[in-house]
Amino acid sequence: MEGHLNLTLKIWRQKNANTAGKFETYQVSGISTDMSFLEMIDVLNNRLIEEGDDPVAFDHDCREGICGMCSMYINGRPHGPNRGVTTCQLHMRSFQDGETITVEPWRASAFPVIKDLVVNRSSFDRIIAAGGFVSVNTGNAQDANNLPIAKDDADEAFAAAACIGCGACVAACKNASAMLFTSAKISQLALLPQGKAEASKRAQAMVAQMDEEGFGACSNTGACEAECPKGISLENIARMNREYFSATFSSK
Amino acid sequence: MAWLAKSLHSSLGKKLLMAITGLFLISFLVIHCGLNATIFLNDGGVAFNEGAEFMGTNPIIRTMEIVLFGGLLLHIYDGLRLWLDNKKKRPVAYAVVDGAANSKWYSRSMGLLGTLLLLFLIIHLKHFWYFSRLTDGLASHTLYAEMQAVFTNPIVVIVYVLGCISLGYHLLHGFQSAFQTLGWNHPKYTPTIKSIGAIYAIVISAVFAAMPIAFYFHLIH
Amino acid sequence: MTKLDAKIPEGNLAEKWTKFRSSVSLVNPANKRSLEIIVVGSGLAGASAAASLAELGYKVKVFCFQDSPRRAHSIAAQGGINAAKNYQNDGDSVYRLFYDTIKGGDYRAREANVHRLAEVSGSIIDQCVAQGVPFAREYGGLLSNRSFGGTQVQRTFYAAGQTGQQLLLGAYSALQRQVGMGNVKLYTRHEMLDVVTIEGKARGIIARDSVTGALERHFGHAVLLCTGGYGNVFYLSTNAMGSNVTAAWKAHKKGAFFANPCYTQIHPTCIPVSGDHQSKLTLMSESLRNDGRIWVPKKQNDTRKANEIPEDERDYYLERRYPAFGNLVPRDIASRAAKERCDAGYGVGASKMAVYLDYAAAIIRYGKGEANKNNMHNPSDEEIQAMGKAVVKEKYGNLFDMYKQITGEDPYEVPMRIYPAVHYTMGGLWVDYNLMTTVPGLYALGEANFSDHGANRLGASALMQGLADGYFVIPYTIGAYLASEIRTPAMSTDSEDFVAAEKAVRDRLETLMNIKGTKPVDYFHKRLGKIMWDECGMARSEEGLKASIKEIQALQKEFWSDVKIPGEIDNLNPELEKAGRVADFLELGELMCIDALDRNESCGGHFRTEYQTEDGEALRDDENYAYVAAWEFAGPSKFNLHKEELKYENIKIAQRSYK
Repeated sequence: MEGHLNLTLKIWRQKNANTAGKFETYQVSGISTDMSFLEMIDVLNNRLIEEGDDPVAFDHDCREGICGMCSMYINGRPHGPNRGVTTCQLHMRSFQDGETITVEPWRASAFPVIKDLVVNRSSFDRIIAAGGFVSVNTGNAQDANNLPIAKDDADEAFAAAACIGCGACVAACKNASAMLFTSAKISQLALLPQGKAEASKRAQAMVAQMDEEGFGACSNTGACEAECPKGISLENIARMNREYFSATFSSK
Repeated sequence: MAWLAKSLHSSLGKKLLMAITGLFLISFLVIHCGLNATIFLNDGGVAFNEGAEFMGTNPIIRTMEIVLFGGLLLHIYDGLRLWLDNKKKRPVAYAVVDGAANSKWYSRSMGLLGTLLLLFLIIHLKHFWYFSRLTDGLASHTLYAEMQAVFTNPIVVIVYVLGCISLGYHLLHGFQSAFQTLGWNHPKYTPTIKSIGAIYAIVISAVFAAMPIAFYFHLIH
Repeated sequence: MTKLDAKIPEGNLAEKWTKFRSSVSLVNPANKRSLEIIVVGSGLAGASAAASLAELGYKVKVFCFQDSPRRAHSIAAQGGINAAKNYQNDGDSVYRLFYDTIKGGDYRAREANVHRLAEVSGSIIDQCVAQGVPFAREYGGLLSNRSFGGTQVQRTFYAAGQTGQQLLLGAYSALQRQVGMGNVKLYTRHEMLDVVTIEGKARGIIARDSVTGALERHFGHAVLLCTGGYGNVFYLSTNAMGSNVTAAWKAHKKGAFFANPCYTQIHPTCIPVSGDHQSKLTLMSESLRNDGRIWVPKKQNDTRKANEIPEDERDYYLERRYPAFGNLVPRDIASRAAKERCDAGYGVGASKMAVYLDYAAAIIRYGKGEANKNNMHNPSDEEIQAMGKAVVKEKYGNLFDMYKQITGEDPYEVPMRIYPAVHYTMGGLWVDYNLMTTVPGLYALGEANFSDHGANRLGASALMQGLADGYFVIPYTIGAYLASEIRTPAMSTDSEDFVAAEKAVRDRLETLMNIKGTKPVDYFHKRLGKIMWDECGMARSEEGLKASIKEIQALQKEFWSDVKIPGEIDNLNPELEKAGRVADFLELGELMCIDALDRNESCGGHFRTEYQTEDGEALRDDENYAYVAAWEFAGPSKFNLHKEELKYENIKIAQRSYK
């Protein structure tokens, strides 16, 4: 049921990539528990505009948990306190009246801050560009049902492909590692016959790009899996390791 | 071989090295723990000393000892390298981190636990390896007698017990983590691996910790 | 008055496309390398077009306002994609898909385009599967299908409730492959703010780098706008927050006609508005109508909880009114029926502006089915419930989870509350058969154009159209124009036209920044949205439309004198971006009302209260309104109407009946 909250917000403010940032504290009141976290920030922003201040810049777009654009680190966790949701799907009923909420941007050298809570995640695009595809030009395909794929494999590939590229895995990892993201794509395509032809090249190229972008290594803490809003499994990292090592030792 | 060096320098390669050396050290611990556990036969150290004699003189074992040190050094070197690398990946730290919400503290603290273990290991090696291999101490009394003597000091006992606790947590994460790194994650087998890992970590560290305690309280003679 | 030439190839409907493909001018590979194409937008249409054109050898630049092409709002499409594969052996064919689409669009779409769409639909599925798109499959390893509204065959391919995501990621990976190969240059966080025309042809764009605020000039031999729909003119819609009309509107002001702007799709199954704070609405996929039953209490203002209302006191109004299609009637019909019930006082929930979408029967039906499959005799009710819920979870789990997160209610236990919301816009830039607008060299693909859905789009057809345009249409049709451009060298962006276009953009941004009024952008956007929803939404009337045109004009004036934009022009400034978009929505909203006022009939998503049958169905006027209304921009608040007659040579035009 709808209630109302008064909250203290500690939000990271940073003018641009070259300026040092700091926390600013704001009070908001009368926040409906039916609001999403982003709608709560909207309320704050419209007040800041009316008061003549610069509103808090943050990434968001679809607001239904699928585009992967929203990216806040809330009270020490990516996408806030609930599992399996993005910040846009986090609702204020998950907070208590009087609570202090600390909001930070994703922090990783491969995700430099652009402004306030907005970070640059183009490193993810470059990892996909390195090999996250099947090399099939438009028009080259055979009839879709000529290639039966076991339902289990298709389902598992889908589970990996459900990644929304938000970067919560990197944000959650103590090493700012992008292995869950990278492995999800490697896994999806390794599980499907269409992806097998270039599986070995793909694993090597994507891992090399991931390293070049400045993401850390994996400590197998499982924080990424726990914080992933789409529940991408650690099994994908294991599969990536297998793909990578077998590519290393068997490629010519 | 450039391909191998290149691959071992990748983030995955470093982890592979960590996992392989880790599993190697895990296998060593089984032998070390098994042999030392003969003290609990309470036979005045007869069986233990025989084993120690064998381990100290058999040429194959002595060669393996060098391999063991190599593995250990690689594990330490690789761990250090990973730690230094990973530290750079988040130049600005978070103000608030709720790590407990998504992972076990010991999985996030492998570097710290490893460092504690290394410090403990230096003390441990000084006590027994140095004594048995690099001095002629064995001429005057047995390794068993040396253990009895060392573990009369309560501070030493406490250091050893703390060392064993560090070892236990290090293994608790390290065991299953090595399998994950090697790519052995499967819904059917992983739960078993995790259980074996937990049992292994608890048994090994408990048995080791029992040794100084048993000596100190004269539970064995 | 310009004569609209749709350039529809001669000949038999079924042979037009084949003949066209075999006779259209080609550009040889060496020339392709020196032809540059700008693609604005990176959704299904944009990403697939950019990837396919780059594969052919053209030099491509892709622009998107988001931080990555993968964010485009195609990602949020849930239910599925249609294709006339007839894998289910249930009588589907290219003709049937064509027919269903024309009928579903209430006979206001262009036959030749729709037939081409149906023809290439099968190839889309093949292409996506080859890319590794993990569609749902049966145990035999073959592709699975489900039903969607407005059809009686199962032709919808899907990937759980995330079909758009999987298709977009497929197109995105094809695009990124070309980026990696250096054939496509990607400009993310860039917003197109004008089309540059030189001697009447589109020659490039002015884009703003959102991070630095810098304006950039980019040349292209052709410009493709794949910028989606304009549903956000209503403020609340299922569109993403950033979805906007700006690119299309700038093109409109540079001479591209805007067609059928009033055709808006109101989707029947969305999560109802919960309060004034609401920033967007969330769709619950149409696929839910496969298994869910829609009802309201038979008693007005019934305050009982849903589960306390006995079966015989429930009105399954869609099944009652449309027995042949039941809960699977097209969207416009389902939406209006929900509005009718709520307006008559039968609505549910706190706001009384909602109807129930109930899964209780489906859970029992699936549960019993599972029991039979597993050879369970005499299963208990609990077992049936548990097994039924498991099946529903597999089919719709992510949607149910989403509903729970947003409303705090568990749809496995209580019926969902739903209400119609703005979802898609069938109108858009007028394009000919080649997808070219009235500005030579300027193309519009996907939702940004108007061509294939008539006055109402069938479910699972938007994904089909976006990918058809990008993968299988534009790579051929663009040749018809570019073959004559091979002698045009890449132009300098220092030319007068580029400089002038950039200056105009800069002036407008500075004007916006300098208003320094008192109200945030959202204030105006919300007011515009309310006018549009009330008067140009599910029901429209002459009186209301006339009044809203005046109101919108007044709101435009107020906006340009009282909007307050904080921050700097040369830094990341989301408020400035929003302001530019809302300024364009304010103009578009006016045109939508003008178009709705012009169209003295009801058809598909356009329902004029004056024109309805006795039982409240849309009443078309084929004699006077079987045309595409293409509007030419002729100055502020001034639009000239051009008509493209719609000729139905292969389908007998009839009143739509789903009874």
